[in-house]
Amino acid sequence: MSFLSIQDLTVQLKNGMPLLRQVSLDVAPGEVRALVGESGAGKSMIGKAVLGILPKAARLTGGKILLDGEDLQTLPQKARRQRIGARAALIPQDPLTALNPSRRVGPQITDRLVDILGWKRPDAEKRALELLEEVHIQSPDRVMKAYPHELSGGMRQRILIASAFAAEPKLIIADEPTTALDVTVQKQILKLIREMQQRHGTALLFVTHDLGVVSKIAQSLSVLYAGKVIEETTVENFFASPSHAYSRALLAATPKYTDPEGSLTQVPESVIAAVEAEVAAFDDQVKAGSRP
Amino acid sequence: MSEMIYELKDLRVSFPDMSRKPLLGAAPRIDVLKGLTFDIPRGEVLGIVGGSGSGKSTLGRALIRLIEPDSGAILFEGTDITHLHEDNLRPLRRRFQMIFQDPMSSLNPRRRVGGIIAGPLRLQGLDNIRGRVEEALDMVGLLRHFASRYPHELSGGQRQRVGIARAIALKPDFILADEIVSGLDVSSQAQVLNLLESLVKDLGLTLAFISHDLSVIRRLCTRILVLYKGEIVENSETAELFANPKAEYTRTLLDAIPLPDPQQAWF
Repeated sequence: MSFLSIQDLTVQLKNGMPLLRQVSLDVAPGEVRALVGESGAGKSMIGKAVLGILPKAARLTGGKILLDGEDLQTLPQKARRQRIGARAALIPQDPLTALNPSRRVGPQITDRLVDILGWKRPDAEKRALELLEEVHIQSPDRVMKAYPHELSGGMRQRILIASAFAAEPKLIIADEPTTALDVTVQKQILKLIREMQQRHGTALLFVTHDLGVVSKIAQSLSVLYAGKVIEETTVENFFASPSHAYSRALLAATPKYTDPEGSLTQVPESVIAAVEAEVAAFDDQVKAGSRP
Repeated sequence: MSEMIYELKDLRVSFPDMSRKPLLGAAPRIDVLKGLTFDIPRGEVLGIVGGSGSGKSTLGRALIRLIEPDSGAILFEGTDITHLHEDNLRPLRRRFQMIFQDPMSSLNPRRRVGGIIAGPLRLQGLDNIRGRVEEALDMVGLLRHFASRYPHELSGGQRQRVGIARAIALKPDFILADEIVSGLDVSSQAQVLNLLESLVKDLGLTLAFISHDLSVIRRLCTRILVLYKGEIVENSETAELFANPKAEYTRTLLDAIPLPDPQQAWF
């Protein structure tokens, strides 16, 4: 039974322009599903819809988001936020902007536990120290008292990972968590995310545009184009033979130092035209009412 | 004309460490580049690789004299530019240009593309500015009517092409590209790299390409310089570096690149 189940999710701008087109996907406990696509494909938007933090201009206009079998849209606002806060967490892209620069690190980890889950502050602090140790931070006491600017990018990302796992969420959404890091730090952070996710049996939705990263961390993936899932498969099948022409083009564009001539190929115009036509045909079907 | 575009001898750069500055007196200095010696021959495409904090951007900025080195020497086509005064640098500046990492913050949001590309041309007092702007747009594969667009109307890949157009409009001998594709997604990355590859060929450019990712520069670069903590740990031909990495750190960098292949086991 999947912990997160998204069914026909549609998100539109206020003027009716679709950002997500009937997206469906499932993530089981302990599973890592990657969301892949170019910028603007809507991969981050899915995470935002699940967490209930859609930008003001966007609106959820159709479909369901089931978290642990419960339809979030049917709940009143306050109950919905409480449920999401207790069950899901986010590892954001940019560790510098995600931490408040004028506050020490410690309280930024414990706030969640105190405010959302009603823990007592000393308990929350003890838990935060344990977590910092779990993410391999050498001197957690010192780091708790540090300001974000005193720490390196990799260290800040470790703190955000600790913070995401603090309330033992069953679902974590990681939104390009290593894009801002250099390759050696990226490797350490991916290893850490995977280690934490396996130990806690968390369902992980991993947003990225890097197929190299996908092949290392995920078991399944959904490829998005213009807010529509154009391919949904296992990692094994995808890298053996992607079925959609656009997926194949994306894979061919990915840099691969072991194959300099066969990689970094531009996505051909014909492939883009074909996938655009597919999206347009889908929109026509929706308009004509042959799709809900 | 000299065979070497650049000759660097024992280049040292340090910055004041403001976090350890005493209340009174000077801040202690951090050595960022610890004595680099290498040459860039004409027509070479040099990759400069290293992790964050390795000094690769500082090296780039010293090459085009955006910062002044502490000691050592930088010779540009035989001229010592190490401590050259800005007035004397100005005429040289049109011969070494830079493309920046983030096209959104390196293009003035209130100016149109045409004006952005024309900026350095005007500064250098050139004639036929309109013609030169159009030529630059042609070379980077942007339609001429893009000259009247604003940066926010363009995609990431198109913006980066405007950055490239601005650099090549002056017909420089040397271009420094600092992490110019790391903010782009894979398909625009491929476009920008392919464009750069053909420009290097067509214009006979000498290029230094800074990146933290060895995989994006393999096809583009003829030689690769690996920096670690302000020192050169490897300086090899590209094929040689990938076939037979000499430095331990180069191997670490290679191992850290996630190949799009589940067979490459990491964990």
